[in-house]
This record gives sequence, structure tokens and C-alpha cells, in this order.
Amino acid sequence: MSTDVGVTQEHEQHPLFLPIVFVGGLLFGVGLAVSNMAQPEVVLSFLQFADFGLLFVMFGAAVVTGIVFFGAPRVLGSAPLTGKPYERRLKELDRNVVVGGGIFGVGWGLSGICPGAAYASLGIGNYAILWGIVGMFVGAYVQGYWRSTPVASSTGTAKAD
Amino acid sequence: MLPLETLALLADVLPAEPFPEGIAHYAVGGLLVGLGVTVIYLGTGIAAGASTFLESTLSYGSKLSRFDRYRASRDWRVVFTIGIIAGAAGYQLATGDGIWVTEVAWWRLLLGGILVGIGTRLGKGCTSGHGVCGVGSVSGTSFVGVISFLLVAIVTAHLVLAAGVTP
Repeated sequence: MSTDVGVTQEHEQHPLFLPIVFVGGLLFGVGLAVSNMAQPEVVLSFLQFADFGLLFVMFGAAVVTGIVFFGAPRVLGSAPLTGKPYERRLKELDRNVVVGGGIFGVGWGLSGICPGAAYASLGIGNYAILWGIVGMFVGAYVQGYWRSTPVASSTGTAKAD
Repeated sequence: MLPLETLALLADVLPAEPFPEGIAHYAVGGLLVGLGVTVIYLGTGIAAGASTFLESTLSYGSKLSRFDRYRASRDWRVVFTIGIIAGAAGYQLATGDGIWVTEVAWWRLLLGGILVGIGTRLGKGCTSGHGVCGVGSVSGTSFVGVISFLLVAIVTAHLVLAAGVTP
């Protein structure tokens, strides 16, 4: 088996891999537009307790994935396009989850944007969201720069998350 | 605190109508988001979140080890994001409403975006990774993540409101 994960493409060779990802993205984007999550004002109105509709979006989606993530490993074997076994999305709990979550929370509360909703916002023509998207890339780069230094890389080249 | 006093406090904070716009479009949107994740998951076995795209895309232009780990997934994550943009664009076109532009100030979007970029990557997920896929996985880590960003965001948004920053 090849261990050079950095080079191997995750989509392997299946011709339907990218089309399926695209269709999933389409549905995801329509959902964020239908629910007005692509509008930062609506997200802020939830965070400021004026409209609790966002709960139906996030937990509504989580109920769907919950059923599928629970059922697929039991009913089906592995994914047809990759051969990957169906698994739940589990990450290690450490301080970063809370610290990062808190930093994300400050940004979310200030701006009303999160990554998926920001991409969808671009789709509804909200060119002003480019400020936010540029900001997200800057932020992702900054933390990547910090965490790529020799000190931080003690947590390793392993797939920590 | 006495229950009555708690209730009085809640009455001050909570709106008279918790869902002034109704719930139908929120619920339908949530189901569609869940369906999008489901399609990718059933086809590929991947539980896709939206924020990894930030780092995986940076690997196209940066040699930092932190981004290099996402090289293998960077192509499909671009496709996923283009799909999200296209889906939202298609919906907007179908409604015939024309483009919609936020009135939230540019500096809030930029500064907020920077913090979102740092926080989601440090915290191992965002509203879709932790909030949808992680909660759907009944992941304790994701519950902790969601509670962290939700509580802090609620407090921040109220402070912003109290400071009179609008829009």
C-alpha cells in the first residue's frame, strides 16, 4: 500500500466520485439558500434571539445525517465509489476544540458568517461576502503558519483531524 | 434563583414570537443540507464539512506542512464548494429575486472571517463539520465544539447589539 498520502488523490479513479460530490454540494447550497442561512443578517437574528429558525436548519440536517450515519454501517458495507467503510465523524477531544470553538464563536457572533454559509452567500450574489471569505483564508493561513512551526509540529504529520 | 424570577428574565430576553418567519423554510433547508451530506457520504464514505476547504485550498499555493496533509482531498473539496455556490446561485435564479447583498459592515465580515478561519481549523470543525456531521455522529467532541462556538457566538452577538453596531 502506498503511504504517501500527500500525493494520492482521495477520489481514486471512480468517474462518478467528483459528480457525486458536486451533486451533494448543490443540495447543500440550495439548503443554505432556502433557509436564508446565506444571509448573515438571518444568522445574527438567531444569535441575538430574534428568530430561532437556525435551530431547525442545523439540527434538522443533523437528524438526517444521524439516521444515515447510524444506518449505513449496519445496512450497507462500504461506499461504492471509494470502498471506504462507513464510519461516523469522530475527532479527538482536546483543548483546541474548546479554544478554537470559542474563537470561531467570536467571529460568528461578530459577522454572522460560517464557512458553508459564506460560500452559499457568494452564490446568491452577495459580493460583499468576499471580505469574509478572504478573512477566512487569512485566518486559516495564520493558524496553519503557527501550527506548522517545528514546535507545533510535535503533534505531528499524523492525521490529527 | 427562584423559578418565577428566571421566567421573568427569560421573558425579557426571548422574543414574543420565536419564529417570526415561520419554520417551514428553515426545516426544508436543513433537510436539504442533510441530504447533500448524505449523498456524498453514501457514495464515498466521506462525512464532508465545509471549513477544511480553506486549508486544503491553501495547499495549492503553500508548502506549509499543516496544509499539505489535505492535499489528497483538495480537488474534491473545491468541487464541493463550487457545488455549494452553484446550488445557492441556482436557487436565487429560480426565485427571480435578483442578487442579494448583505448590509453587515465590511470590517465585521473581514474581522469575523479571520476569526472564523482560525477558530474552525483550530477547533476541528465548523457548523457543518461539528454541527451537522459531528452531531449526527453523536460525537462527544462535536457536542463540546458546538456548545463552545454557539455560546460564545450568542454572547458576542448580544454584545455587538448592545454596543449599537448595526448593521
